[in-house]
Amino acid sequence: MLLEKKKKRSSEIPTSSMADIAFLLLIFFLVTTTMDMDKGIPMVLPERGGEVKINPKNIAKIIVNASGDVLFDGKPIEEDIQLRELLETRLMERGYSEGKPKLIVSIKTDRETEYDRYITILDLVKEAGATKISIAEPDK
Amino acid sequence: MFKKKSKLEQGIPTASLPDIIFLLLFFFMVTTVIKKTQGIPLITPAAYQTKKIESKRHLAYIWADEKGTITVDDKLVSMTNLSQISKIIRERLDEDNRLIVSLKIDKAAKMGLVTDIQEQLRDAYAVRVSYATRFKGGGG
Repeated sequence: MLLEKKKKRSSEIPTSSMADIAFLLLIFFLVTTTMDMDKGIPMVLPERGGEVKINPKNIAKIIVNASGDVLFDGKPIEEDIQLRELLETRLMERGYSEGKPKLIVSIKTDRETEYDRYITILDLVKEAGATKISIAEPDK
Repeated sequence: MFKKKSKLEQGIPTASLPDIIFLLLFFFMVTTVIKKTQGIPLITPAAYQTKKIESKRHLAYIWADEKGTITVDDKLVSMTNLSQISKIIRERLDEDNRLIVSLKIDKAAKMGLVTDIQEQLRDAYAVRVSYATRFKGGGG
């Protein structure tokens, strides 16, 4: 009688907690998965050749020198916010006729200008809403 | 008769739940790419106008630090032989004409270097670039 009782013990692996274990693993992988997205500021470089004459009224010139000082249309800019305001008014004046922005913003840097400064200016120009941006080659 | 009907089992069958969860688990395990990005140590500049690049498939990477170490798609390019850049990029462009070049340049780098790289890209007719930046300001 005793022996029979022993035989009735279930010898299967309990699978009821299997789902929980799998869930735990699933959550672990969900959390550790990092979608490494590439991000940046998109730009289109000018193609070789094909110079186009543009009405000088439609160009806003930004010149950045080696120490990071900015010249906007020949006027020195003391603070970056000022540049954005000036650019926004220029864009209002000369842009958005028939929904198309006319103004081209040209950014010219010195060869010794820091890349960080250039990105800051480019960021400002993009923030002001300029869509046509041209990068001028620094003088050698 | 009514009693018989109420005897129908109403529970959701959970026997296949572990299988479903495992399937999901395998999906995440397979799609998780544990990729250690190697490269030159550099800090990219921060910008408000940072945008995500839609597709990783059409990307070529150019890394450059302030000392002038340049890699194109993980291949080292020496400063004296910059035309290597346009050669490699043109090969990539032949395979994929929707190529975007991601420029990962240290914020302390000088614009001269950036311009030299850009000139090489223009030579290769790769005009779509993206300056790799981090999101500026709070949050990501």
